[in-house]
Amino acid sequence: MELIIPEAGLIIWQVIIFVLVVFILGKFAWKPILAALKARENSIEQALQSAEQARQEMEKLQANNEKLIREAKEERDQMLKDAAGIANQIKEEARDEASKITEKMIEDARSTIETEKKAALSEIKNQVAELSLQISEKLLRKNLEDDKSQKALIDEYVKEVKLN
Amino acid sequence: MTNISLGFGRIAFKFGTLIAFLAILAGTPVQAAEEGSESSFVMHHIKDSYDWHLIDINHHPVSVPLPVILYNKGTGFDVFMSSAFHHDNAGKVPVEAGKNTYLKYHEKIYLANADGDLTFDDAGHPTNARPMLDLSITKNVFFSIITAIIVLWVFLSVASKYKKYGVAAPSGVQSLLEPVILFVRDDIAIPNIGKQKHERFMPYLLSVFFFIWFANLLGLFPGAANLTGNIAVTFTFAFITFLITNFSGNKHYWNHIFNTPGVPWWLKFGIPIMPIVEFIGIFTKPFSLMVRLFANITAGHIIILSIIGLIFIFKSAVIGVVSVPFAAAMTFLELLVAFIQAYVFTLLSAIYIGGAVEEAHDH
Repeated sequence: MELIIPEAGLIIWQVIIFVLVVFILGKFAWKPILAALKARENSIEQALQSAEQARQEMEKLQANNEKLIREAKEERDQMLKDAAGIANQIKEEARDEASKITEKMIEDARSTIETEKKAALSEIKNQVAELSLQISEKLLRKNLEDDKSQKALIDEYVKEVKLN
Repeated sequence: MTNISLGFGRIAFKFGTLIAFLAILAGTPVQAAEEGSESSFVMHHIKDSYDWHLIDINHHPVSVPLPVILYNKGTGFDVFMSSAFHHDNAGKVPVEAGKNTYLKYHEKIYLANADGDLTFDDAGHPTNARPMLDLSITKNVFFSIITAIIVLWVFLSVASKYKKYGVAAPSGVQSLLEPVILFVRDDIAIPNIGKQKHERFMPYLLSVFFFIWFANLLGLFPGAANLTGNIAVTFTFAFITFLITNFSGNKHYWNHIFNTPGVPWWLKFGIPIMPIVEFIGIFTKPFSLMVRLFANITAGHIIILSIIGLIFIFKSAVIGVVSVPFAAAMTFLELLVAFIQAYVFTLLSAIYIGGAVEEAHDH
């Protein structure tokens, strides 16, 4: 029975001791401990948050980089395509030009050759005429050196005339 | 291979030493009981006493004397050391202090009658007057002070580490106790009181948790006082919880008691059963706190002492082969109970306080 009857003296002492403990610990232990724990939690949370932020920024940067790379690639492809087109065009144009020039040169050569040929032919004709004149002169001279032959010739002419 | 066998050997050695240690220490108080009945020896170790009884050497008790402080109306305070009784517990050695003569009978101090003796009733209980107020530093008060000193020393040194190193990672005792502090905050206070309001009650909850836990653990030492197994001590804690709960009770809390929502009006104002039940509940809650802690700790002590007591009842050392390991196992269980009861007391206190500061919400 005594076991379950609280003693007043013990209660009084216990109240004094425990209230002192609560007061001292509350002021000098729990306050700084809980404050430090809170501060640590906050700093951890902040660190985690900034890490998360950094991660997000990283992701954004990466996405940007990828976009940039993709754009650069597209641009490069476009440029290559354009360059090939331009090159082809230039080649085509050059070929056309070349063929035109060649044709023109051939044409010119042909006309020159024609002119030269004409000139040469007329020269040959002139020379042939001159030569024939000279030959005929020489022949005439030789054939008409004596009278007899002159006579023969006249005769011949006469014969011919008669015939005509 | 050698390492493993060495390690095993060391563990076995430690275990053996522990059992031997427990046997020796648990055995010491038992010797004192040889004269009386075994149940009285158990009760003697559970109850409070005026001196700190350590050991009996050749049937001569050795104890630490503690101050006896008595107050009587008219004659004021009388102070003397408990050794003045010379270990008498049968009301045979009178101690004169001031104008009064005191006698100690079964760990209770009585004022001597005109003959300087005790008067007994038919049931054999003394009918003498007792001092008006007994403020003696009894064994329990002494151990309460020791517990307070240990708790203060541990947590003030831990707090100084927090002050010195700030938010740095904890080390030493700090890292041992920090999870427990966080446990009280995150698993007891915040879920039951709420994130906004818990801070106000943290000093009490942490103090009561660690005081009870340390006192429970200290009580497991052989020869130590059964502090948290004393109804006056558990009454004090429960009473403080009662005061905090009702003084921080808001409108919603009182409304819930006297005008319980969801109850037919005639049960509230016609036949006021609900207000009466709720009002009684204000007192039964802390009452259950008081009894739970007291009963759990006392029961644990009774079991351990009874198991050891078997050796002396049967007067055979062979019983020790069974009862000593069993008592050791019980002591391990008590280590767990020490924590659990501190946890339960704090948790329920937090729940009661949480109920008192809870804001009204839709039912």
